[in-house]
Amino acid sequence: MQTSRISRLAITLALLLFGQASWSATVLVAVAANFSKPMTEIAGEFEKATGHSAKLSFGSSGKFVSQLKSGGPFEVFLSADEKGPEKLEQAGLTVPTTRFVYALGKLVLWSTRLGYVDDQGKILETGNFKHLALANPKLAPYGIAAVDVLKKMKLFEKLQPLFVQGENIAQTYHFISTANAELGFVALSQVIEKGKITNGSGWIIPDNLYTPIRQTAVLMKKGAKNLGAAALIDYLKSKPALAIIKTYGYDLAK
Amino acid sequence: MLANADLDALFLTFKVASISTVLMLLLGTPLAWWLARTTCSWKSAINAIVALPLVLPPTVLGFYLLVLMGPSGLIGELTTWIGVDTLPFTFPGIVLASVLYSMPFVVQPLQTAFASIGEQPLEAAATLRAGPLDTFFSVVVPLAKPGFLTAIILGFTHTVGEFGVVLMIGGNIPDKTRVVSMQIYNHVEALEYNEAHWLAGCLLLFSFTVLLLLYTVSKTQPNVQQLK
Repeated sequence: MQTSRISRLAITLALLLFGQASWSATVLVAVAANFSKPMTEIAGEFEKATGHSAKLSFGSSGKFVSQLKSGGPFEVFLSADEKGPEKLEQAGLTVPTTRFVYALGKLVLWSTRLGYVDDQGKILETGNFKHLALANPKLAPYGIAAVDVLKKMKLFEKLQPLFVQGENIAQTYHFISTANAELGFVALSQVIEKGKITNGSGWIIPDNLYTPIRQTAVLMKKGAKNLGAAALIDYLKSKPALAIIKTYGYDLAK
Repeated sequence: MLANADLDALFLTFKVASISTVLMLLLGTPLAWWLARTTCSWKSAINAIVALPLVLPPTVLGFYLLVLMGPSGLIGELTTWIGVDTLPFTFPGIVLASVLYSMPFVVQPLQTAFASIGEQPLEAAATLRAGPLDTFFSVVVPLAKPGFLTAIILGFTHTVGEFGVVLMIGGNIPDKTRVVSMQIYNHVEALEYNEAHWLAGCLLLFSFTVLLLLYTVSKTQPNVQQLK
């Protein structure tokens, strides 16, 4: 009599605990710094739509690749480039065929001063500035894009002595937003609100001046059994998510 | 092996650490002396302020220094007023940041050493008509030598190992702000593990040698405190 009551209690408890888990899972997500604003918004909508919750960590893609290679706990990885997820795939750490481009990054030349940056970037030739901020091209795809632009404009050699490099795009933003660097290259998503550059002045750089920033997402093997992780990958391709991604100035992959 | 950029970073690091250590001794010695001797009611507050950099995570301290040293920050306005450039992304900027960041490691051992000397040797010196400066250099400094040694070692090594502050205000500029900890971090982030291992190995070896020399030198000198 007594044992059956205990076992019934145990079954009820188990159902409560594990049943709960299968309905609403928690997903650990590593997110490239430039995508932090849109992803926070998407995660909110994702929770409302699916009941799963996404725990977001922001940082540089390079650091996340190192961490994931050494057994980092993230189940979904939203990189700022294509290379990181490819490397993880080669190392056999991802779920095959889950890799896809979730957004095409947009580069902007930005300053906190109103009317300082013109809409053709002439300021780069004529400006009398002391520092030009960009993300470290060795580490960050937005840094590589910035170097592309300067080389296309034949200004790289001239401006290189003025470079101050942020370790990732968020730090590059600090350099400019605190006015320590008069201007610099950041991600459009960092300075745009509801489709407009709200603060200071900026030049949204034409696509033909830099190699596309193909921001790639992938499902890690760690998240293969997590229903929430697969759901998040699907949700990133859904209409509401794509709409949010667009309002932050990103292009969508074709 | 080490590339030129790595060697430059090593050299820059020891330059920053040496200059910072000298500055910290110059500023920290009078401060520690005052803190050890004073009965002023502000003493606890000043003590707490000196120890504050220990509490703040280096990147947080670095971020606020970036704001303060920027064109619209307090320090930034001061530097503009006296007609020099703002300090972030410059060599003097990271030296100033290092001094602020590592100061507790210099002040605290000195303060303890000064306090443990006590009144007697100072009174004895006074009866022999030694002036305050003479007393300080002929009595206090020899008696507090272990404290000075600890202060130099801690101040120097803490600056060599500094990373977060420089990350925030340095801007990764070769020969100006790209210190060795930044360079190792850059290698690791770029997944160049081999280069990172080499540079980290050299940093450890060099630092070990410097420390070994310091400790050896301090041992061969007679320890004045034992003569008391």
